[in-house]
Amino acid sequence: MAESKKSKEPRGKVFINSELCKGCGFCIEFCPTNVLEFSNTFNSKGYHPPAAARPENCTGCDLCGIYCPDFAIFGILMKAVA
Amino acid sequence: MEPKNPVVDYLRMDRIPHIWCPGCGLGTVVNCFVRAIKTCDIPRDLISVVSGIGCTGRMAGYLKLDSFHTTHGRPIPFATGLKLANPKLKVIVCSGDGDLFSIGGNHFIHAARRNTDMTIICVNNFTYGMTGGQVTPTTPIEAIASTTPYGNTEEPFNLSHLAESAGAVYVARWTTFHVRQLIKSIKEAVQKSGFSFVEIISPCPTLYGRRNKLGDGLEMMRAFKEKSTVRNGADTREVGLDFKGGIVCGKFIDRERPTYLERYNERMTARLGASYKPYEGVL
Repeated sequence: MAESKKSKEPRGKVFINSELCKGCGFCIEFCPTNVLEFSNTFNSKGYHPPAAARPENCTGCDLCGIYCPDFAIFGILMKAVA
Repeated sequence: MEPKNPVVDYLRMDRIPHIWCPGCGLGTVVNCFVRAIKTCDIPRDLISVVSGIGCTGRMAGYLKLDSFHTTHGRPIPFATGLKLANPKLKVIVCSGDGDLFSIGGNHFIHAARRNTDMTIICVNNFTYGMTGGQVTPTTPIEAIASTTPYGNTEEPFNLSHLAESAGAVYVARWTTFHVRQLIKSIKEAVQKSGFSFVEIISPCPTLYGRRNKLGDGLEMMRAFKEKSTVRNGADTREVGLDFKGGIVCGKFIDRERPTYLERYNERMTARLGASYKPYEGVL
């Protein structure tokens, strides 16, 4: 089941504005499908912004966007992007 | 074209990044607030946001809505005047626990008693975040603040019970962890006619969490997740908050009472008859 799901196209996509991020980690902790991880890069304020480590799992639920206190991330359904 | 964050239309992006610390829940509250307002279908010109002083008081400044940043503790008197001068407005007060219940405590109980038609969004972080972490009327017993280095000894307010006793028609409490429920609750509170009150428990990692060894913002959020239970319709007498104890969340009260203006017009019509024209604002 898991295999067949993974081979499919991802259902959503996250957009990250690294410059606004303050590295609180809310999005990484509360992502239901565990898409995000801290990246190794720094933004200009010296925080590690998140990056989509497993973008294929994203469902576009936008929970990261609701949790983000700095309006730096949001998820969107693939249907809406295309 | 790159898609846009759904909340930026309602924010003054020239002021972002905001001043709130990393790990603070206030940004999440603004985020949920904007999403709730967007689903309400109220014309933007008819929404007014009033804030007091404090970290939460800065919310009004970041929202691209008609907003006003009042003096300390006085958002409710200002909002009352706004509502009475133009009853068509949806007046929303966003402020902190210290501003609403310590400096402005009396205004709160009297606005609730009169059932003025407004929505109060109170962000409760158990401390005065902007001025150095002093003890507030909601700091739990034992908790350390800058003015209580050996632990607080004063009984805190149970805000939900206070709001219910004073006469609020809608009372709910959520934490910044319960974002979906919070959005729904803010929407219901804004659409409710009468004095509605939403309390939001929020982490203050810099001045409350650090002193009390509760970890950073993320760790406080994890604690909210573990310790909170949802009990809609719970008796507000039993939902007081302890230091490190459980947090009961939910919609506690949803009842009907005539609002201040409804009752005023009804009384005047009964007394003066046809010679009285019901008040509908001065504008």
